[in-house]
Amino acid sequence: MKLLKIEDIARRLAQDIPDGAYVNLGIGMPTMVANYVSPDREVVYHSENGILGVGPAPAPGQENSYLINASKQSVTLLQGGSYFDNAQSFGMMRGGHIDIAVLGAYQVSAAGDLANWSTDQEHFPPAVGGAMDLAVGAKQVFVLMRHTMTNQAPKILPTCNYPLTGAGVVTRIYTDLAVIHVTERGLQVHELHPGNSFAEVQALTGATLLPPL
Amino acid sequence: MINKIVTSMAQAVAGIKDGDTVMVGGFGNSGIPYQLVAALHQLQVRDLVIISNNAGVREEGISALLRDRMVRKLICSYPRSAGSIWFERLYEEKAIELELLPQGTLSERMRAGGAGIGGFFTRAGFGTALAEGKETRIIDGQGYVLENALKADVALIKAERGDRWGNLTYNTAGRNFNPVMATAATLTLVEVDFIVDLGDLDPESIVTPGIFVDRLIQTTADNL
Repeated sequence: MKLLKIEDIARRLAQDIPDGAYVNLGIGMPTMVANYVSPDREVVYHSENGILGVGPAPAPGQENSYLINASKQSVTLLQGGSYFDNAQSFGMMRGGHIDIAVLGAYQVSAAGDLANWSTDQEHFPPAVGGAMDLAVGAKQVFVLMRHTMTNQAPKILPTCNYPLTGAGVVTRIYTDLAVIHVTERGLQVHELHPGNSFAEVQALTGATLLPPL
Repeated sequence: MINKIVTSMAQAVAGIKDGDTVMVGGFGNSGIPYQLVAALHQLQVRDLVIISNNAGVREEGISALLRDRMVRKLICSYPRSAGSIWFERLYEEKAIELELLPQGTLSERMRAGGAGIGGFFTRAGFGTALAEGKETRIIDGQGYVLENALKADVALIKAERGDRWGNLTYNTAGRNFNPVMATAATLTLVEVDFIVDLGDLDPESIVTPGIFVDRLIQTTADNL
């Protein structure tokens, strides 16, 4: 068995972001995807606080403390970019104007349910941010995550046992073992990363997978 | 003559009282009206309901209001940023009520409040713990959650430029929740980096028309 590095999962996912797409990258690992989208594709990145056309981090000393992304990091604005208020920003999401949201996940179910906002710990305050709006609003939700927990407990399950972010919202899952599409027939393995057999990947998955076509 | 400009922070926050609901603009550390929040802190009022996307960090912004037990309830989408120490402590002590909302529901409830809409159905949160106890409806085969409008007694806003009529422009992503909150409060108080003459703001570029603004004060230089 061979695990892809996180950067390589991001690199693989980036290949599936088409020219002209409007894309929201969730906080954490998904932000890496921007590093690997081919420069010959023009992709417009959306940030939930109210930016379209998010550019790379500014050079040291060039930061504008107002101009931050959803992860609260300093960013720049590309030519053609724009600013808007938070209500319009979320209207873009819920209104189906964002083509792809790339999100991390604690768990994904066989039906494409997503759990990525709470591990249900008592005494620890919950926080949701824009996850639920993105989950229901983006035309496609790509999950980027490790295939299992560190102890190899599966994260792709028949049903999620952590609180849901959205039901039936995930369209594709990109992990360190495989690329999986959520279809009406079930979880379809689209691609096994080199060095992994279907049986090995199935053994690390709680839900039933359909073998590559 | 209309002149909404005031010259002291005490004048700016005059009238905020115990039990008021107060919206505070900002996302992360961008677009927070720090000096208005500090002036509210000095009033030492109690039992406030604060509506804000985040819960402040360290001793800054609304974190200081939380530390000094001035807040009864927080309506918020992401109260757990790195350094939100006072909110975390109060939450663990069960010394504060939290109403957690999806971020887009938070801003849209305020937009509705400012626009005379009683409520709306959103797909965000349907089938999740955050929809528990809320009315739901199936529309065109999709599940939606009913969310009511949200208004406040006071909104504290940060803008970049303003004139004596209260017209406002913002600095980049410092806009965030500020223009929405400005519409949804009985009393809207604005902290601006620059006060400009009437007519200096390009009418095509005004984001918040002055009708939504009650008082305007210039940020003092040491906090720019």
